[in-house]
Amino acid sequence: MTVQLPIFMDNNSTTPVDPRVLDEMLPFFKGNFGNAASRSHSFGWVAEEAVEYARERIAKLIGAQSEKEIVFTSGATESDNVALKGVAEFYKDKGNHIITAVTEHKAILDACKRLERDGFEVTYLPVDKQGIVSADQVREAITDKTILVSLMLANNEIGTVQPLEAIGKVTREKGVLLHTDAVQGIGKVEFDVQKMNVDLASITAHKMYGPKGVGALYVRRSKPRVRLVAQMDGGGHERGMRSGTLNVPGIVGFGKAADILIHEGKEESARLFALRERLRSRIMDALDEVYVNGSMEHRLPGNINLSFNFVEGEAMMMAIKDVAVSSGSACTSSSLEPSYVLRALGVGDELAHSSIRFGLGRFNTEDEVDYVADLVLSKVKHLRDMSPLWEMHQEGIDLKSVQWTAH
Amino acid sequence: MAYSDKVVEHAENPRNVGTLDKSDPTVGTGLVGAPACGDVMRLQIKVGEGGVIEDAKFKTFGCGSAIASSSLATEWLKGKTLDEAEQIKNGDIVTELNLPPVKIHCSVLAEDAIKSAIDDYRKKQAAKRAST
Ligand SMILES: Cc1ncc(COP(=O)(O)O)c(C=O)c1O
Repeated sequence: MTVQLPIFMDNNSTTPVDPRVLDEMLPFFKGNFGNAASRSHSFGWVAEEAVEYARERIAKLIGAQSEKEIVFTSGATESDNVALKGVAEFYKDKGNHIITAVTEHKAILDACKRLERDGFEVTYLPVDKQGIVSADQVREAITDKTILVSLMLANNEIGTVQPLEAIGKVTREKGVLLHTDAVQGIGKVEFDVQKMNVDLASITAHKMYGPKGVGALYVRRSKPRVRLVAQMDGGGHERGMRSGTLNVPGIVGFGKAADILIHEGKEESARLFALRERLRSRIMDALDEVYVNGSMEHRLPGNINLSFNFVEGEAMMMAIKDVAVSSGSACTSSSLEPSYVLRALGVGDELAHSSIRFGLGRFNTEDEVDYVADLVLSKVKHLRDMSPLWEMHQEGIDLKSVQWTAH
Repeated sequence: MAYSDKVVEHAENPRNVGTLDKSDPTVGTGLVGAPACGDVMRLQIKVGEGGVIEDAKFKTFGCGSAIASSSLATEWLKGKTLDEAEQIKNGDIVTELNLPPVKIHCSVLAEDAIKSAIDDYRKKQAAKRAST
């Protein structure tokens, strides 16, 4: 078994650029450096043509009816912000109520916080133990003041996939716009803006083997035609929705990344699912007191989030430092609060502190999975031997009955 | 977060991991922290003739800095008298391990664990004297 260290198994945070993507990008750093907005010479035309080709590929990946529905941005943070603030501003005379969920990405939650300060009302729907929001919850939360529902396709920490198709039926029936942060699920689980009645969708290239710093917002143009107020003023690029000279090489790479997923996404998801299950079963078959966070049924194929009871997450990451993963432990955040997503599931703080997210991706191999599984097994044993909680658990002491000195 | 070399060294090769007999009257045990806060330290000392700490052991649930702080504490405790041990301050641990501000609480916990172990030992001794 040959594996090269370090191993990257944190593909929910970002993904490496596919070499095929890089190859298509390179000419646009060199001779084809034109500004896509330059209408008067061939440098501009070449760049514009490349941008339009990328737009078509991305539109196709998500089932958009027209490439004109794709607005390029600097990434999903911007897309999320433009979607929420732009729609809120445009439709504020119609209503001031927005619905989202507690497990959304900070780009959504913090944009909502700002809208609340500006007089909007936001309902943060709770999730069930698996992290799922139901269509019924959405139905019940909609009022005659609701203008927008924003719910993610798949969660970045726990991989839970939301029932968007059912939610889209409700929002369409009620005449409320539906935005989805589709970043994590795109090309990995089914996503089709037509079938799911999605009106706005945020995506980003760097989670799909494209470059960082480029993303898109899908904005539906018919049935209904979605309007929004631009949040970036300037030269009126992207049909006035997002001013700023386009990141042509990035967009070209984004387009290629989309094209690869159109052709290979299904197979890749099946492969990632098999790798994920191999990793999970090797770990869980050999160790007691390991818990899955999130849903096993409605889950991204390459994601598994496990809590290793009695072992703190950051210590675990340090122990397997040649393997890049992430943790919901407080110690990994500057706030010293454990993951709000795990908390929302009702995972106790002690298990949240013990969580590790493994994110498998295109370039992970079976040998890597086996290596990581073996390493995890030996390190969990090592850290448990060092854990007073494990010792107490072995002695049959109920840790909940102990008077801890909270600090 | 990047760790100092000393934290990494202690976390990878922790000194004095283990358990002393809680019921031994010459052993003092300190258990501090809480699982919900992400760190729990158990520090034990075995005190010999003349109030000198002969042995020290720890087990810690917590991040690398918490493990390193308790590992270092056990190293420092051995050979010290109780009075000397009481002089160990969390700031000494911060300096030695080069802990960043967000990890200072790990050193505070280690200091608490030392105090709590000494306390436990003294209580046991007092109880022993009272019963004889
Ligand atoms: C669900 C989700 N939304 C938004 C983002 C932000 O995307 P970007 O890094 O392109 O701004 C991320 C990635 O960090 C994400 O996982």
